[in-house]
Amino acid sequence: MKNTPQEHDVILLSHGDGGLLTHQLLDGLFLPAFRNDILDEAGDSARFPLEAGKYAFSSDSFIVSPPFFPGGDIGKLAVCGTVNDLVVSGSRPLYLSASFIVAEGMPVSVLSEIVQSMSETARSVGVPVVTGDTKVVGGYNPRDIFINTTGIGRIHPECDFSTSRLQPLDSVIITGSIADHGAAILSSRLGLDTDESPKSDCAPLTFLLEVLSPYLGSIRFMRDPTRGGLATCLKELVRSGSLDILLVEDRIPVSGKVRAVTDILGVDPLYLPSEGRAVIVAEQGRESCILDALRQHPLSQGAEVIGHLEKGKGNVYLKTNLGGTRPLQMLVGNPLPRIC
Amino acid sequence: MQARADYPERHPGYSSNLASAEYVSKIRDIGSRIAHKKGRRVKLMEVCGTHTVALARTGITEALSDVIELISGPGCPVCVTHQEDLNRMIGIGQMDDVIVATFGDLLRVPGYRTSLEKERAKGAFIHICYSPMEALEAAKSHSTAQVVFLGVGFETTAPAIAALVIQAKRERLDNLSVYSAVKVLPPALRALLGRGNTGLDGLILPGHVSTLIGKKAFDFLAWEYGIPSVVTGFGDVDLLLGLSTLLNLVNAGRSLTVNAYAHVAKESGNPEAMRMLSRCFEEGDTLWRGFGLIPGSGLELRAEYAAHDAKRRLGMPLQPVQSAEGHDHLCRCGDIIVGQMSPLDCSFFDNGCDPLSPMGPCMVSSEGACSAYYHYRDRRHSHNRGEVPQ
Repeated sequence: MKNTPQEHDVILLSHGDGGLLTHQLLDGLFLPAFRNDILDEAGDSARFPLEAGKYAFSSDSFIVSPPFFPGGDIGKLAVCGTVNDLVVSGSRPLYLSASFIVAEGMPVSVLSEIVQSMSETARSVGVPVVTGDTKVVGGYNPRDIFINTTGIGRIHPECDFSTSRLQPLDSVIITGSIADHGAAILSSRLGLDTDESPKSDCAPLTFLLEVLSPYLGSIRFMRDPTRGGLATCLKELVRSGSLDILLVEDRIPVSGKVRAVTDILGVDPLYLPSEGRAVIVAEQGRESCILDALRQHPLSQGAEVIGHLEKGKGNVYLKTNLGGTRPLQMLVGNPLPRIC
Repeated sequence: MQARADYPERHPGYSSNLASAEYVSKIRDIGSRIAHKKGRRVKLMEVCGTHTVALARTGITEALSDVIELISGPGCPVCVTHQEDLNRMIGIGQMDDVIVATFGDLLRVPGYRTSLEKERAKGAFIHICYSPMEALEAAKSHSTAQVVFLGVGFETTAPAIAALVIQAKRERLDNLSVYSAVKVLPPALRALLGRGNTGLDGLILPGHVSTLIGKKAFDFLAWEYGIPSVVTGFGDVDLLLGLSTLLNLVNAGRSLTVNAYAHVAKESGNPEAMRMLSRCFEEGDTLWRGFGLIPGSGLELRAEYAAHDAKRRLGMPLQPVQSAEGHDHLCRCGDIIVGQMSPLDCSFFDNGCDPLSPMGPCMVSSEGACSAYYHYRDRRHSHNRGEVPQ
């Protein structure tokens, strides 16, 4: 009898029943990929000590079709998503959990590729996956996989990121071009995967707290503009307060490849997700130093100041390239291509 | 928000290229001159829903709103789809062993007490397509189900739907059919202008449709109705060029149809695409929301494609009969489509009708006038209709 799942095998419901096949999957795929001392204890929980301090704790689930897209895959996305949520909360990620719900019929080779991608991404930022779970569900497309990652991070003592600290005249900074991830996914769904189509910006943001370490005290707030894109992210910041955000359209970086796709489809890049960018709100006067620091790093060399805060009523306004001003609302429903 | 002369330059870290803004200012000056002559704002209709969105998204609508009244026309394909057609489409979605393939825009349009989205939640198989050809793949991979593609759109979408039908026949895909609610635009403009008393000073004509049917298909506007019009595209420069061209025509009192999109839309359009279209479709009378029946404004599948015509296969008359019930009579989308009112005039706008709980298609469709106003207009600065600029 085989002791490990073979590349040409497919996932069966029995792989999720806790019996022999589950253990084969664990020993043959998950444990070797994520290997670390805490995981190797193979207990019902991960056990680890923590220093005194404040901690951030975040959980996110990932359902993306297709699971592989230009610039990444659902595995890389699942690690980056939670890691980035921890980073923009001002914390250094310490540990992750990873739980998989896999469709019956998924080739083991596909699952293996996703797991390897997760492992590489987690190792690249030094965040071990210390616990996890696998379930198998029937009745789905064999390409379907749902991944939950949960993480814990220690908050940097100088970080006090909160919307309550926002002030008029604060600067709004984006760490790079927007909507690359959303445009890459849309392109994939349309079968437009060519060298000329956009690549996802999916990347871990763990470098941010390092490059910005001299300025952490000047940063009021950070968020990663994922679902709903930049517009929704900024609207969430101010919607219930007494501040407005004023953005300048031609300062918001959008790559030519993204612009081409969004123009063809008639969707607004302001509402498409990024998965490797952060929005930073910083004290007025510190934006130049912060920009210089960000632009030293390859993952944020396209950073720009895109707007600022003013007293107001919780609105986000965009000064357009044509000199008009329009309000930005939150995303309603999915951005869908036009038909005319 | 107060308009501020020092925004955004006052704030360090960015500067704005205001060359285009200066052009907008020049357009505003022409508009202002005409408005003073007429004693009211210049009234222009952007026929196409994509123009409605583009003008609002670029801030042009707002920036010129005190001198130019831009109203939306019958050019949003989902919005002009008649309620009875929508009810039928949703009914098809409720049938057993049927997969409805549709553009996403139709998903949330309310039918009679339900929508495709709600039916999907109850278990209907609704396949969202980015292109009609995806329905072909759905039919191949679900050979035991009937796949019905909901054909909604204008001349721009029609060739792709025609290609789907032709390919389905070629491949003998017996489980694929199309429900055609495809429409052509010129008869709707005749219906609109034929009513008289529109108060329109000019029309902004759709660039995409013109690439298919050609600019000359709109020449009748000047000859028969004495109204100036301009074909233009959807980019910033296209919009500005189109607006300034049209305003100059209005200012000079010249009734012409001008092509300001000639680098894309040709005088005679795209004959090859039109041939494909006429190979598959023939003209028919069809119902429009807001207009009712417009002769020769619909495209029905020809008899040789009857096997792929959902209406024939399901035993439906080509034209739905208007029923007494079947939609919410409170929704004013019909009046908005024919230019009789602005979304801001509707008492339900953002007051019971919004994108989360739409009462009609104009609030659902990405090209709908109500949706464009909701998403892109600063509603606190709206001008009363017909207000004379100071």
